[in-house]
Amino acid sequence: MADEQRSSLRVDEVLPEGGSAPPAPVPARRDEDLREHLPGVEPERRLSDWGRSERIEGLFDRTLYDFFYNYWFRCEVEGVENVPASGGALLVSNHSGALPPDAPMIAKGIREEHAHPRQLHITVEHFFKGYPGFSMLVPKLGCVAAHPANVQRLLYDEGELVLVFPEGRKGSEKLYKNRYKLRRFGRGGFVEAAMRAQAPIVPVCVVGAEEAAPIFAHVGALKRLTGLIYFPITPTFPHFGVLGMLGYLPAKFKVRFLEPIYFDSEGLHEDKSLVQSVAHEVRARIQENLFEMVQTRKSVWFG
Amino acid sequence: MEATAAPERRSGPGPAGAPDAPPSRRILVTGLSTYWGGLLAQRLERDPSIECVIGVDSRDPTRELERTEFVRVGTQHALLRRVVIAAEIDTVIDTRLTVDSTTVASRAAHENNVMGTMNVLAACGGSGSTVRKFVFKSSAHYYGSAQDDPAFFTEEMTRPYAPGTPIERDIVEAEASVADFAEKNPRTLVTLLRFANVLGPDVRTSHTKLLALPAVPMILGFDPRYQFVHEDDVVNALAHVVEHQQPGIFNVAGDGVLTLSEVAGMLGKSYAPALPPWGTGVAAAVARRLGVHIPPEMLGQLRFGRGLDNRKLKATGFRYRYTSRESVLKLSEHFRLHPILRAVEEPYHYEREVEEFLRWSPNVRDAAGRREEREDSGQPAELERRGAGERTPAPAIEGYDDLNASEIVPMVAALEPAQLSALREHERRSQDRRTVLAAIDKALARAENGAS
Repeated sequence: MADEQRSSLRVDEVLPEGGSAPPAPVPARRDEDLREHLPGVEPERRLSDWGRSERIEGLFDRTLYDFFYNYWFRCEVEGVENVPASGGALLVSNHSGALPPDAPMIAKGIREEHAHPRQLHITVEHFFKGYPGFSMLVPKLGCVAAHPANVQRLLYDEGELVLVFPEGRKGSEKLYKNRYKLRRFGRGGFVEAAMRAQAPIVPVCVVGAEEAAPIFAHVGALKRLTGLIYFPITPTFPHFGVLGMLGYLPAKFKVRFLEPIYFDSEGLHEDKSLVQSVAHEVRARIQENLFEMVQTRKSVWFG
Repeated sequence: MEATAAPERRSGPGPAGAPDAPPSRRILVTGLSTYWGGLLAQRLERDPSIECVIGVDSRDPTRELERTEFVRVGTQHALLRRVVIAAEIDTVIDTRLTVDSTTVASRAAHENNVMGTMNVLAACGGSGSTVRKFVFKSSAHYYGSAQDDPAFFTEEMTRPYAPGTPIERDIVEAEASVADFAEKNPRTLVTLLRFANVLGPDVRTSHTKLLALPAVPMILGFDPRYQFVHEDDVVNALAHVVEHQQPGIFNVAGDGVLTLSEVAGMLGKSYAPALPPWGTGVAAAVARRLGVHIPPEMLGQLRFGRGLDNRKLKATGFRYRYTSRESVLKLSEHFRLHPILRAVEEPYHYEREVEEFLRWSPNVRDAAGRREEREDSGQPAELERRGAGERTPAPAIEGYDDLNASEIVPMVAALEPAQLSALREHERRSQDRRTVLAAIDKALARAENGAS
C-alpha cells in the first residue's frame, strides 16, 4: 500500500522540449467509478461544461443546418435505428470536403429521424482551438477536441454519442480524383477509445459530401503563408473568400448507419492486434458500403 | 489509491510500514501571513481536538488569531526544523506557494516557491522527524493552458509542453520536490491540492481584479473555459484533508466550467475583446503600462482556458459549497456591495505585545478564560446561552445563528430600527462578533439620521 501511495504522487517529468507535438496522454484507468460524482446540471445555464451553447446551436440548427439538410443536400438517412437510444456510442464515419459538411448532416439526421433524438458530440482537430473566431464558435456548436481523455469522458462517464473521423485531415484534404477511397484509419485510437469505455462502434457512410465540396488542388506556398492546415482550390474557394468555404454544390446526400459493433468485456484495448483488426474491419465495412451506395445511385445531384 | 476509495477504513492506525495516520493534533501552518494561511489557522483553531496551531512566516499575520502562535521564521530550514522538533509537530500545511506573478517580483516568487518549498520539506523530512502528514497547496497552473489540452485535466495528467512562464515553471518544480519528498519519506502521508482560480469577496487575485474592471477584457476571437473555486471551499478543502487521511494529488475546483463570456454576463458586464489574437504579449505589456495587470500565465488561460476533473476529491467525501457559477454570483454580489461596506471593515494590525499579553498574561480573564470555563463545564454554558437566546426576541434574519459575519452584514441594512436593536442584543449575547456589531450600529445610526 505504501508503494501505491508513493506512486500516486510521482508524476513522470518527461516534458518534451521545444514545440514538437507530444503523443497525447492517454487517461490512466481509474480504480474506482467516479461517474456518480459528475457535476449536476444547473438549469440556469445555457452552456454545457464543454462550452456547448443550446442557444447558438439551436440557431444554427433552425437556419443553416435546416436549409442544407432539407433543401440543399436533401439528406436521406437509412439505418438510424442502429444508433443506440441511450448510453455512449462511438460513430465512425468517412470524411471529406474542405470544410466538411458531413458532420453537421449526421448530427441533424439523428436529431430529425431517430426515435429518441440525441445530441451528438463531434470531435475536431485541436487546430481549431488556436484559430480566433473558430475557437469561439466551434465548441458552441457541440464540437470537442479529439483528445483521448475527452472521448473517454463523453463515452464512458457521460454516456453520450461521439462522432469521430479516423481519417482526420487526411480525409478532408483528399483530392476529388480520390473520392470515396478511404484513407488510412489512423493508429486505431478510436477502437481503443470505444473498447476502454465499452461503448459500441456504429460505422457511418456518407455519400454526396465528396461532390458537394470537391478539392481540385492544394497550394503549398499559400498554406505556409496563411498558417492554415491546408489551402485548397475548390469551386468557390479562394476566389469567393472565406465564405466561399460554405459554397457547397447541391449534391444529394445519403447517410447510412451500419450495424453496431459491441465490446462487452474489460481490458480489450490492451490487445493491440485485436485493436488493429477491429479498426481494419470497420474500415472495410464502411468502404464496402460506400462503393455499394455509389454503385446504385443514378445521379450525383438527384440520387 | 485504495485509501481514496474508502476514507473510513484508514481512520484507525494503519498497518506497519504504511503511513500511520494518527489524527492531526499539533499543526504547523507555513505562510501564516498569506491570505490562505491566515484563514486556515482561524479555521483550525476553532477545532477543540487540535492541541496547538503554530504559524510561521517572515511577515506579520494579517488576520486576527485567537490561539494560533506566530513565530517569525521565513523558510530557513534549520530554524524551521527546530520549531518542528520542539513543538512535536505532526502535521505541516504549506500554504506559502505564490501563484500570481502580479503580487511579487518573479525572483522573489522563485525564491519562495522553489527554494522555500525545498527548505520546508527539508525541515519536515529525515530521520527523527515527528511529521506524519504534509499538505501542500498547489495550483492548477501546474497543467498550463495549451491548444492540445484535454477538456478536463485529471490528477495523473501532465502538461503537454514544458512550462513557459516563470510561475508555472516554479509550480512544476515545487511539485517535483514534493513528489520526491513523498518517495523518500514513506512514513509521511503527503497530500497535494491543485486549486483552480479562486474567487470570493475577500481574496484579491489578478482574476478578481480583471473581473472588477468595467468590462471584462478578452482576446479577440477566443472564449476560454474557466473553472472557479470559492474561497470558502479552498479553506474547507484544506481542512478536509487535514481531518481525513487522503494521500495523493487532488484537483480542487467547483462544479461546472463556464465560458468567460458567460462569466461576464453573470457579472452584468460587457466583454471587451481588447487584446489582439496575435501579439497578445505586447498588448498585455501596453495594458500593464495603463494599469491593467495581465500576468503571462493568465494569457494562456485567456486564450485556451482550462477545465479540471474534480471528482477524485468528491469521491473522498468532500462536498463543495459553491459551484463555479455560484462563486461568480457571490462575487457579483460583492461587487455591488463593496462600495457601501468599505468603511465597515477595519483592517487588522498585528501587535506582538498585545497578542502575547492576550495569550499568556495571568490577568486576562476575557476570551481565553471564558473559553476554558466553557470547555470545563460544557453543558451549563450551552444551556445558559440558549436561555439568553430565549429572553431576547428572535432575530429577524432566518437561520441567523448559522450564518457567518460576511453573510450577515449585507442583510443588516434592510432591517427596521426595532429589529436592529433586537438583533444587536441577540448578537451581543450569543456570538459577539465585532464586524456584525459595527454593521448594526452603522445601520442604526443611518436610520436615526433618516428619521431626523
